[in-house]
Amino acid sequence: MIALTKLFRTVTFRLSLTYLALFGAAATLAMVYIYWNTTVLLTRQLHQTIDAELKGLAEQYKAGGLDQLVKTIADRSETPGNSLYLVADAQGHRIAGNLSAVSPQLWDSLGPVEFVYSRPAQGGTEARLAYANVFRLTGDYRLIVGRDIEERRELARVIGSAMLWGLGFMALLGIGGGYWVSRNLLARVDEIAATSRTIMGGDLSRRLPVKGSGDELDRLSESLNLMLARIEQLMISVREVSDNIAHDLKTPLSRLRNRVEAALGKPYGEPVYRDALERTIEEADGLIKTFNALLSIARLEAGAGGEHRETLDVSALVRELAELYEPVAEERGLVLMAASDDPVFVCADRQLMGQAIANLLDNAIKYGAPKEGGTASGSKPEIGITARATGDMAEIDVTDHGPGVPAQERERVLGRFVRLEASRSEPGSGLGLSLVAAVASLHGGTLKLEDNEPGLRVVLTLPRERNALINGAAAETEPRAETHHA
Amino acid sequence: MRVLVIEDDQETANFLKRALKEQGHVAEYAADGQTGLELARGGAYDVLIVDRMLPKCDGLVVIGTLRAEEIRTPALILSALGEVDDRVKGLRAGGDDYLTKPYSFSELLARIEALARRTSPDESNTRFVVGDLVLDRLSHKVTRAGEAIILQPREFRLLEYLMKHAGQVVTRTMLLENVWDYHFDPQTNVIDVHISRLRSKIDKSFGSPLLHTVRGAGYTVRDSAH
Repeated sequence: MIALTKLFRTVTFRLSLTYLALFGAAATLAMVYIYWNTTVLLTRQLHQTIDAELKGLAEQYKAGGLDQLVKTIADRSETPGNSLYLVADAQGHRIAGNLSAVSPQLWDSLGPVEFVYSRPAQGGTEARLAYANVFRLTGDYRLIVGRDIEERRELARVIGSAMLWGLGFMALLGIGGGYWVSRNLLARVDEIAATSRTIMGGDLSRRLPVKGSGDELDRLSESLNLMLARIEQLMISVREVSDNIAHDLKTPLSRLRNRVEAALGKPYGEPVYRDALERTIEEADGLIKTFNALLSIARLEAGAGGEHRETLDVSALVRELAELYEPVAEERGLVLMAASDDPVFVCADRQLMGQAIANLLDNAIKYGAPKEGGTASGSKPEIGITARATGDMAEIDVTDHGPGVPAQERERVLGRFVRLEASRSEPGSGLGLSLVAAVASLHGGTLKLEDNEPGLRVVLTLPRERNALINGAAAETEPRAETHHA
Repeated sequence: MRVLVIEDDQETANFLKRALKEQGHVAEYAADGQTGLELARGGAYDVLIVDRMLPKCDGLVVIGTLRAEEIRTPALILSALGEVDDRVKGLRAGGDDYLTKPYSFSELLARIEALARRTSPDESNTRFVVGDLVLDRLSHKVTRAGEAIILQPREFRLLEYLMKHAGQVVTRTMLLENVWDYHFDPQTNVIDVHISRLRSKIDKSFGSPLLHTVRGAGYTVRDSAH
């Protein structure tokens, strides 16, 4: 019973019922129209026939008077057919014709009239419908000329019953078909619901059933299956990331623990303890930094942060940061060259953007030094940072002449905690580029690693802010010149 | 210095109280926002240390209420939420500085000392003098023992900030935030390198050094002859 009410509540079943009602109404209308048109046609034919007959009889009457008329009618009555005739005197006695008894009502009426007459049939008489014209002749004689129209009544009956049967069949088929289709569909929907419950229960490897017919349910299932595959893949990568986190944080934590343990074991007194404690704090600070970076990346990847976006001249920011990092580069025997003169506006969070560019510069300074003896000339190896506008995008690239990143590793180093073997000697968490990538995608941009031949070229691309160009007076000439070129 | 700590975590509050006392400050403590608000209204404190998440009354609401009542005691917000947005929200509510947990005590101390000094009138000083080092904020000129020192604009601002807080410890983060307006981790010892450049200009060829490194905390500009 519950299954049945559930079935009746399905969209398919309700749709079937609606269509059934619509088709029923249309069929009834069509039948009524056909019936009405047929009747009109038949009536017209009837009138024409009777009129023609009357015309002939009138000629006879004119030529030979009543006797001639009676004779003609007697003749015509002999021929079998649907025509009805009657000539009667003032008292209502039949003189000629094939109509027998006539009701007084008919007798008194004049002109066209519909009436019921009886005619002999097998086992008595039968009542039939007739149509006639009644005339009075001189001497109060009556002439009635008509036709049997019982067939018309028959037609109405046939059409009526056809309509009833047709509607009955239609209702039966409609409800039955609706039931059948709904039950099939309901079974598939139930199947999909049951599968998704299992998936919700934790079995992410399950997929929704696909019949292979390419219908709308199949298409829906296919889309949902793609979504499930993506979710499963994300879950796997989340698991991998947490495995990495656990592994990469365990190392400094156990180092910290060992150091404290070693210090406790030594009976040396304050200076040793102090040193151990200071290094413990350093190690702890490093861990906190790593956690902060991880949290930032997670928040950025979730689309949070960066609510304080403003129109920002990245070119100026690049110059500022280059100035901040320039002494550090120099300390390492590198030259940091910033080439970003024209203002380039983007809509970005200054702090996030600053952090991203700082990370790129820091990487270039840490890993951008060529190997010993690798310098070709006597000049100092260069680190370059450029900010420029290319079409609709703002491009910041940082180049170095260090060992670079092998092509097959370029995608991977953007992941969390990924550090190349060669860079393990430098301090760092392996989160720097992940953070830059997260900042880039939060701002609708991209991060790409390329070959600088030799060295590494990191390109951070961001959508340019067009509206800012109208505000900044200094910038106003620049985009105009550009649109002319374009 | 009288400090009011509004912090619901008993252990953190006790640690702060003890450590501040060791530094020669008077610290009082409120465990929830309501009590903290009443104490801050009544007592004459030099600095408030306010935790963001507080029972009964949120830390930002406490500061907002005080500011609405024209009580301008400098307030440092402590928070476990470290994002730039949270910092902006804290400062917008009327906080004067923002520090993310976990923090080092030396960082906290340096910051509240800088905050307490902010209320003193030398904010409007046009000349900072430490020993024989003179910085003129109007003409942007720096002299030591009467000798002109040429500084880059950023070096000037660095020295200006250090001299404004002369005698106090200024941390690397404080310098990065106030001189460069960067509220992120620069990964490397960038500040140290800039300080050593500044030091080579103002201290190298003169007798006694004025710019000192405070181990484990930061830097300070101080006349060591005192």
